[in-house]
Amino acid sequence: MLKFTEEHEWLRVEGDVATVGITAHAAEQLGDLVFVELPEVGKALSKGDDAAVVESVKAASEVYAPLDGEIVEINPAIADDPSIVNSDPQGNGWFFKLKLADKAALDALMDEDAYKAMIA
Amino acid sequence: MAEPTPLNRTPLYDLHRSLGGKMVPFAGYEMPVQYSAGVMKEHLHTRAAAGLFDVSHMGQVAIRPKSGAIEDAALALERLVPVDILGLKEGRQRYGIFTDETGGILDDLMIANRRDHLFLVVNAACKAEDVAHLKDQLSSKCEVEELVDRALIALQGPKAEIALAMLAPEVSEMRFMDVRSVDLLGAPAIVSRSGYTGEDGFEISVPASRVEDVARALLDMDAVEPIGLGARDSLRLEAGLCLYGNDIDRSTSPVEGAIEWAIQKVRRPGGERAGGFPGEDRILSELTDGPSRRRVGLKPEGRAPVRAGAELFADEDGGEPIGRVTSGGFGPTLEAPVAMGYVPLKQSESGTRLFADLRGRRIPVTVTPTPFVEPHYKRR
Repeated sequence: MLKFTEEHEWLRVEGDVATVGITAHAAEQLGDLVFVELPEVGKALSKGDDAAVVESVKAASEVYAPLDGEIVEINPAIADDPSIVNSDPQGNGWFFKLKLADKAALDALMDEDAYKAMIA
Repeated sequence: MAEPTPLNRTPLYDLHRSLGGKMVPFAGYEMPVQYSAGVMKEHLHTRAAAGLFDVSHMGQVAIRPKSGAIEDAALALERLVPVDILGLKEGRQRYGIFTDETGGILDDLMIANRRDHLFLVVNAACKAEDVAHLKDQLSSKCEVEELVDRALIALQGPKAEIALAMLAPEVSEMRFMDVRSVDLLGAPAIVSRSGYTGEDGFEISVPASRVEDVARALLDMDAVEPIGLGARDSLRLEAGLCLYGNDIDRSTSPVEGAIEWAIQKVRRPGGERAGGFPGEDRILSELTDGPSRRRVGLKPEGRAPVRAGAELFADEDGGEPIGRVTSGGFGPTLEAPVAMGYVPLKQSESGTRLFADLRGRRIPVTVTPTPFVEPHYKRR
């Protein structure tokens, strides 16, 4: 299942774990990323908390927790080479895996068509 | 609610759009922050080949002496600018600043001696005030005219000379800070060998009606790519050059801002024309006794950029801020974050280790001489 937030994140859900990243649209808007700061594994987050920071040459932006949950894995490859987020934002450029506190909360997020309509 | 002020467009607006420029508001203009290549590639291309920048939003001003003698215009402008303008030879250009009564900086600018007049280039955000200031202060001796029908482009990088020489071979004879009239595709251009990137290059003033032809002819060359404001900022930051409004402003003096090199000996204590500019008391005493704080280059540890506004501390824990970052970002050529900011004089020595607040954490930063990258000006 693929879901999207209004803050331009995507979630790919398997079981009760969501892999989270930023959308191709967001990556393009941010421009070339030069730094990514990831959360610590084990950190509990509420929806809307600061989860990660991305920096382009010009500006810093927050990546928010899309739902309540716990960080169970992070992608160190994007901290070593932030350009992966620009080249493959919805694949190898994933940020973290979030064990969802309440899977039912996914229903409130957008599907791909709704997200595409929002950014159109 | 107030109506938003409509943004101005430069004569190259349509060209920017056709090249995929991402337009943003800047100093009252719609300007390209980047093109499709992106800030990183544009920055690196400029250092490797040649980048073309639209800087038509900047102000171009002619100061013509009513007496006909250029010395009169030079002496008149010296009342506003603590620079040796009388000693500026024909066909040469110099960096300068307008100071205010408290010794603060109203704007920074380039001043060229064009034989029968002085030619000034000032910042976009300050140009209305600068022109009013010049008219108010110089009108008894000079005609002050803003050249609103001229555009300005910059061609920067190691291949800038080869590229511009395709249109005008004589530019190869120019040295850093030379200025001359050049025919570009039949358009009367004023070319200076200068820029804002730390690279060799040219700034080219062209009639607005002809600038697109000149820009297209340059962009048709393999070495030349269009470069937006994003890379312009990272290039000038690596070159250690000040951005007016960030690194220098009315609250900073030229000595605090570490641009006192622009004040030649003749305007300093003991010089033939010492003082005689706004804020002279403070500026002359700071030249002799030193300022209380100083602008320095800063290199943060790690990869995270430390940006304008970040507070600086002497220690890793506790204490009051001792200064502030005024420009900061990621340097694509250095592949590392770079910044500049103000620190107390006693902590301004190169190698001093300080700490910058980054989202509540203190990141070690080292005071570093600028420029961060070696400049490539063509001095001889």
